[in-house]
Amino acid sequence: MNFDDTPQEAEFRATARAWIGANAPKQYEDELRKSSLGRTQLKNANILDVAKAWQKKKADAGWACLHWPKEYGGRGSSPIERVIWQQEEGPFGQLSRMFIIGHGMCGPTMMAFAREEHKRAYLPPLASGEKVWCQLFSEPAGGSDVAGLRTRAEKDGDDWVINGQKIWTSGAHYSDYGILLTRTDPTVPKHKGLTMFFLDMKSPGVEVRPIKQASGASDFNEVYFTNVRIPDHQRLGEVGDGWNVSLTTLMNERSAIGAAVSTGFPELFEYCSSLMLDDGPAIDDRAVRAKLANWAVKASGLKYTSMRAISALSKGERPGPENSIGKLVAGSMIQDVATYALDLQGAGGVVSGEDAELAGRFQAMLLRAPGTRVEGGTDEIMRNIIAERVLGLPGDIRVDKDVPFNKIPTKGRD
Amino acid sequence: MNFDFSDDQKQLRDQARKFLTEKCSPKAVRAVLDGKAPYDKELWKGLAEMGFLGVAIPEDFGGAGAGHLELCVIAEEMGRANAPVPFSSTVYLAAEALLIAGSDAQKKKWLSAIASGEAIGTLALFEGKGNPSPKNVKLTAANGMLNGVKKPVADGAIADFAVVAARTGSSGRDGDISLFIVDLRDGGVEVKSLTNLDPTRGQAEITFRDCKAEPLGAAGEGWSILTQVLDRAAVLCAFEQVGGSDRALEMGRDYALDRIAFGRQIGSFQAVKHMLADMYVSATLARSNSYYGAWALSTNAGELPEAAAAARISATQAFQHCAKNNIQVHGGMGFTWEFDCHMYYRRANAMALGLGSLSYWEDQLIDRMRKKNAA
Ligand SMILES: Cc1cc2nc3c(=O)[nH]c(=O)nc-3n(C[C@H](O)[C@H](O)[C@H](O)COP(=O)(O)OP(=O)(O)OC[C@H]3O[C@@H](n4cnc5c(N)ncnc54)[C@H](O)[C@@H]3O)c2cc1C
Repeated sequence: MNFDDTPQEAEFRATARAWIGANAPKQYEDELRKSSLGRTQLKNANILDVAKAWQKKKADAGWACLHWPKEYGGRGSSPIERVIWQQEEGPFGQLSRMFIIGHGMCGPTMMAFAREEHKRAYLPPLASGEKVWCQLFSEPAGGSDVAGLRTRAEKDGDDWVINGQKIWTSGAHYSDYGILLTRTDPTVPKHKGLTMFFLDMKSPGVEVRPIKQASGASDFNEVYFTNVRIPDHQRLGEVGDGWNVSLTTLMNERSAIGAAVSTGFPELFEYCSSLMLDDGPAIDDRAVRAKLANWAVKASGLKYTSMRAISALSKGERPGPENSIGKLVAGSMIQDVATYALDLQGAGGVVSGEDAELAGRFQAMLLRAPGTRVEGGTDEIMRNIIAERVLGLPGDIRVDKDVPFNKIPTKGRD
Repeated sequence: MNFDFSDDQKQLRDQARKFLTEKCSPKAVRAVLDGKAPYDKELWKGLAEMGFLGVAIPEDFGGAGAGHLELCVIAEEMGRANAPVPFSSTVYLAAEALLIAGSDAQKKKWLSAIASGEAIGTLALFEGKGNPSPKNVKLTAANGMLNGVKKPVADGAIADFAVVAARTGSSGRDGDISLFIVDLRDGGVEVKSLTNLDPTRGQAEITFRDCKAEPLGAAGEGWSILTQVLDRAAVLCAFEQVGGSDRALEMGRDYALDRIAFGRQIGSFQAVKHMLADMYVSATLARSNSYYGAWALSTNAGELPEAAAAARISATQAFQHCAKNNIQVHGGMGFTWEFDCHMYYRRANAMALGLGSLSYWEDQLIDRMRKKNAA
């Protein structure tokens, strides 16, 4: 058991640190540090522009998507090097959240299922942030029940013609490409009639409509497809094998999102260290300490759990469904932490935005937190995954299992 | 970085698990629980023969000289098996105190006796309600004589010697406390067994009346030594708690697969699945925190105080959580004497108090984190 860098790791760290020191957009450092809670906004700049510029700079110098193979725009780094990079990148890593879906999910899916010439053409600009990707899975009829989706793909010559609607698509409004899960055969049970594609989001017939979220921001969208044509060579995996392809995406999604979630704890600890309550500093209060300690061990537990996972990965073991716990624990934790921080502010806690304590950090966290517990699989789905795949408990009883999709009753189905 | 036990250490774990599965069946635990013996002597002898008692004791003092990571591995298995032996009091508390503060002669005498299984040791710190604190130490030492009452003393009724915390000053500071070693076989003490939450590990009241004692470590250094001992024990106990959590989770899982209600395995009901998933989550967080504690302990890193408190809290929570929900999964069966669930429930709740309560460690953790942040 060893926490220290090996000589190679230390050398890698030093090189990374030097390069980041010389190249990172330092003028945004403070803002990025403070907006680490789901509200990544910059006052005087467009966050996407800043993120793209930083990503491009990294890519040109060989620091983008470190663990991807070089020929696809990466560096061919080890998992440990990737972690070292993240540690050194610090608050600037916030900027890569803009690409998390492309880098964390679409890229790995392309790598596993796209043709070689597509990989070479599409992956490097994805790695360098020049092209942004989105993931078109969820639909009004199928979120947790992804396989319940209804967007149709019908073969027409060498093309497929797509009709239907997606929803909650993060970043679709600024995405160039997307991976799209469709139904190609409604007469077989639902998991068997799906097929995956990737497509150009600028294709005729694609319409993106931003949705205003509970937090007030608009990060996700509805996407409508009207006779959108996708050439067959942009199919990922076999016709009818879309479910298996999507499992690759979802597995990657859990580790990508799981690794990136914040818990809100460092912010709360810092806050309680300076906050004065009626009877003195918050951190001297017994009740405050009990709460802090409880969250402290969750935060450290998550951190060391991911280090164990990385150690396993670096020994060639595959990350498993146990990675679901990051998002599961952090999701409700960040919500509780935010609620508690506002409780400490008393009546004044109701004020949000620039006029609030700490420019409304915890209020913003509170309003973003519900999304964390839903995106990338809800808490309930995460618990199912742990129960079934880690502990080996029986799957939920499925009434739709062997029924052709078009015979399954669905609320709102035509 | 390599955040895992080595292959050799994992092999040791397998070896310990195999040994304990054979020698420490639930039936053997029950013999102690039912009061047939104060502890499992056969098992204790076997542990000595396997070299487990002295695994972290240097070879010069009769141990195997392996190290603390190895001890963590064994501790986890002791917790899994719910072993009814004075392992924690002897190995984590008494032996660690000697390792930190003992003179060569003291180490030679007592550590080798621990490693060979000839001596059971304990730490006599508490005096009734309350948590570790110099002001709670009322027992006095003067002219090498102790006077006062300690309780609860873990395994006090079967211990051969005790490390005793005593008051040697009246300044109101930490420096008032000094440590002593008492050979309990020499007399001068009155020992009374106490009933307690977990009879598989006894508790006692020990009254010292003009009892002869030998200083352990320098006078006035007692509290600083004790803090180190408690931190080390916190990590080692955390591994026992992790082992216990895992076992309780496993029992719950197995029962959920086995028991049928409403025509289905109860493990197919989501309420039960999700309860077990949450047990897995808390056990995993505890394990990861404990690994960090193990690293800090084995390298004697500056991080140990904080890591120990985090491991302690996380593992205490996990074991209590898993043990109580294991009973819930078992329904009425879980509440019977006959089923093993209550043994883990007892152990979980007793262990939650043994080194000071959860709220005490919460305070410790926050103090230590503050100190680190200030530095
Ligand atoms: C911020 C955000 C970003 C998102 N980004 C994307 C994106 O980029 N691309 C994309 O494709 N999707 C995206 N999503 C969609 C997300 O994946 C779905 O919202 C999520 O999977 C839940 O599906 P749903 O909204 O249909 O809820 P439902 O499935 O209708 O769930 C409603 C409730 O029922 C519960 N439930 C459902 N099924 C079960 C079950 N089997 N057992 C127990 N409880 C159950 C759920 O846990 C939940 O509490 C995003 C969502 C959010 C909030």
